Amino acid sequence: MSFLSTHKLEAGYGDFRALFGIDFEVAEGEAVAIIGANGAGKSTLLKSISGLVRPPPGSIRFRGAPIAGLSAPAVVAAGIAMVPEGRRLFPSLSVEENLLVGAHTRRPGPWTVDRVLDLFPALAPRRTTPATLLSGGQQQMVAIGRALMSNPALLLCDEISLGLAPVVVKSIYEAIPGIRADGTTIILVEQDVGRALAVADRVYCLQEGRVSLHGRPASLTREQITAAYFGV
Amino acid sequence: MKGTVVERATPLSRGFWLVATLLILVLAAAPWWLGRGELRLIAEFAYLIALAQMWNLLAGYGGMISIGQHAYVGIGAYALLILSLHAGVHPFLAVPVAGLVAAVMAAPLSRLVFVLKGPYFAIGTWVVADVLRLVMANVPALGGGSGESLTSVIVGVPAWEREAVIYWMALAAGVGLTMGMYLFLTFRHGLALTAIRDSEAASASLGVEVDRVKLLVYVASAAGLGLVGALIYLIKLRISPDAAFSIEWTVLMIFIVTIGGIGTIEGPIVGTAVYFLLRYLLADFGTWYLVVLGAVAVVVMLKAPKGIWGWVAHRYDLHLFPTRRRMRLGTKAEAAAAPALDTVANGAG
Amino acid sequence: MAAAIDTILQGVLLGGLYALFATGLSLSFGIMRMVNVAHGDLIILASYLAWVTVATLGMNAFAAALVVVPAMTVVGYGLQRYVLNPVLSDDPLPPLLVTFGLSVIIQNLLLEGFSADARGIDAGVIETASLALGGDLAVGWLPLLVFASAVAVIAGLELLLSRTPLGRAFRATSDDQTVAQLMGIDNRHLYAVAMALACAVTGIAGIYLAIRTTFGPMMGPSQLLFAFEAVIIGGMGSLWGTLAGGVLLGVSQSIGFRLDPGWGILTGHLAFLAVLVMRPQGLFARTRDA
Ligand SMILES: Nc1ncnc2c1ncn2[C@@H]1O[C@H](COP(=O)(O)OP(=O)(O)O)[C@@H](O)[C@H]1O
Ligand SMILES: [Mg+2]
Repeated sequence: MSFLSTHKLEAGYGDFRALFGIDFEVAEGEAVAIIGANGAGKSTLLKSISGLVRPPPGSIRFRGAPIAGLSAPAVVAAGIAMVPEGRRLFPSLSVEENLLVGAHTRRPGPWTVDRVLDLFPALAPRRTTPATLLSGGQQQMVAIGRALMSNPALLLCDEISLGLAPVVVKSIYEAIPGIRADGTTIILVEQDVGRALAVADRVYCLQEGRVSLHGRPASLTREQITAAYFGV
Repeated sequence: MKGTVVERATPLSRGFWLVATLLILVLAAAPWWLGRGELRLIAEFAYLIALAQMWNLLAGYGGMISIGQHAYVGIGAYALLILSLHAGVHPFLAVPVAGLVAAVMAAPLSRLVFVLKGPYFAIGTWVVADVLRLVMANVPALGGGSGESLTSVIVGVPAWEREAVIYWMALAAGVGLTMGMYLFLTFRHGLALTAIRDSEAASASLGVEVDRVKLLVYVASAAGLGLVGALIYLIKLRISPDAAFSIEWTVLMIFIVTIGGIGTIEGPIVGTAVYFLLRYLLADFGTWYLVVLGAVAVVVMLKAPKGIWGWVAHRYDLHLFPTRRRMRLGTKAEAAAAPALDTVANGAG
Repeated sequence: MAAAIDTILQGVLLGGLYALFATGLSLSFGIMRMVNVAHGDLIILASYLAWVTVATLGMNAFAAALVVVPAMTVVGYGLQRYVLNPVLSDDPLPPLLVTFGLSVIIQNLLLEGFSADARGIDAGVIETASLALGGDLAVGWLPLLVFASAVAVIAGLELLLSRTPLGRAFRATSDDQTVAQLMGIDNRHLYAVAMALACAVTGIAGIYLAIRTTFGPMMGPSQLLFAFEAVIIGGMGSLWGTLAGGVLLGVSQSIGFRLDPGWGILTGHLAFLAVLVMRPQGLFARTRDA
């Protein structure tokens, strides 16, 4: 039995359908990357898992239990946390307060404010700084740390490199092994294909709401990926 | 615009137009075959449709939710009072002029209330209406808080003529404002309005002059309300600030439109019928009809937010007034422009 | 001169009552982004609750708070959870219309239940006792108590908002309710708690209103307008601003009343409109709501 699986997942916004029958599986402890062009449905897939989009019941299972249709707070309580696209920090809260809001569910586990600050040393001197005054990279670190504060078994990251300078992206990706060290499973949505292939155990490529390719990075050729990505 | 869809007249809507035209002709002849009581009732029905239509125009089409539209009913009433009692204008002529007065007042008042957005606008308009009430209560020349009687300006007019003309004016207001709004929405401004209601930011970027169209709608709504306000007080013949600037007028407009169906032309007509029915059924129970009316409005908002007519139209795909030259922005483009996480999980329910 | 100082002093203290009116409104503005049109009617409902409590249980007017405040808290929670949450969205229209409907329902139920007669609650000597300030000046103990209560309520709420996990969850939800849900915050419950708090304060306001003046079923809308004016004058997002807004409104009304008894409320409205024109964001806006 897989850790997380979706079965013929359909999801969308009102009358608009964004996902068409997605079969997607993740094993415990894995890091899986989801790649695909803009608008392919990557964020919608993450939002379906996290409960922001409500797909039909039965189409998503997490640790054996059906979670499709649960509210976002219930999904967090079940052990899935999400780093939303565009970071979305709470602007009127300080760094520390942002992190503490992440701990709202009080799920037991190793993550504390201090541990997040150890993971991202750049944040340590900015503990009481209002979130809006941080640089983009620091905001991304807070967004990741905020999600970790709920001690998730599964962490969903939506485009954590978006709009950041390469050296900043590098320092954020360097934290990933530290997150996986506790056994946390990670699903990364990433537009930067090279980066995705480098960190992931497996990749899925989405194209217009369907899985166009999946496999281990080593087993996929550049041509296959290009074709799956752009649909040419 | 590429995505524009024009819904054309259907056989059913043509049939409706025929029946409606006949009905209006029959009603126009009513002073010759109906008594005073019935005429008054039909007149009230007609002017309530007109009032509701003006709130519908503002809120349902213009997206401006005002809880202070009784300001313009009161302005119309006081314009009638000043023009006919104090300036010697014939009261029948004073009614349309009162509409003009309301329009002229609406322009500067809009600058005040337009500062506030959304729900704040709603309450801000209420404050403005209350200011007008209090100002009028402090003008001794207009009777101060107790107001004045208009009986003296109308006694010269023969009784039948008086009743008939007032009746015709009410009928004309109900039919005319409904039709006027229909034409307004069908031609020229309908498209812009729908676009503004759907998304102010998007329409601004499409080059719709949001501010100008909103002002136009606000002034038009005020003009209609002013005219109807004058008409109402030409029937009531006694004007006081507390009555003319009473929130009751806005309560009626809002309940009628909400129950009937906001943002449709048919809605206010249906809503007015429901109002009359409830008032008739609960006539012996004091103000209970208002409790029931309020409860119906709340339930409609919770269970069928498009109102009775919206529900019917959706269910049977029925459009008696095919106004809907709706501009459909491509869903994809619209979504891409929206911030990533919003719209979906926003409901708290 | 003494008359002028007296007018202003009375106005400031009246502002305390308006701040109590406004606090609940300000909370629901700030957290749910909605305007509760029935807010004034809930104040009056609380006044009637207090009146019934005093009349039937023979309780002291202040002790009635032990009944009224918990009752209003429950009303607030239920109202938000079961009536308002379902209509909350980006569209401001449905919650406005629903609370507008509730406002009319409450008014007419009170009218049917209690008739249009004006009522009042007798709180004993405190209603007339006053503190001499030297010269011809004196302030009543009751207005002082109301003002002190307003300061205490606002200080308490500010502490709650800035120092507690609940307050943090309120601020996070106010910033971005979608992401707050991703953090495990159940916004339906949180909104209901916020409305429960708002209505608890409304309960206190209703009791003081009932002690200070006579009241009737149709007085709700005026209280709503005063509360709204205090919030807008003070500026959104700051409860201390709301207190200041209440004081400014109270002083304006008090000056108006002194000039001509018919002008009191009018001058209050005009002060509000003046602020609206000259400083639409309010006098003490915190930029939290940018
Ligand atoms: N809130 C929304 N409302 C409507 N459509 C949306 C919304 N968010 C995304 N979409 C649409 O769903 C499709 C998939 O979007 P998304 O999952 O965000 O793609 P990706 O993350 O791969 O760029 C796109 O066509 C997009 O326009
Ligand atoms: Mg995306």
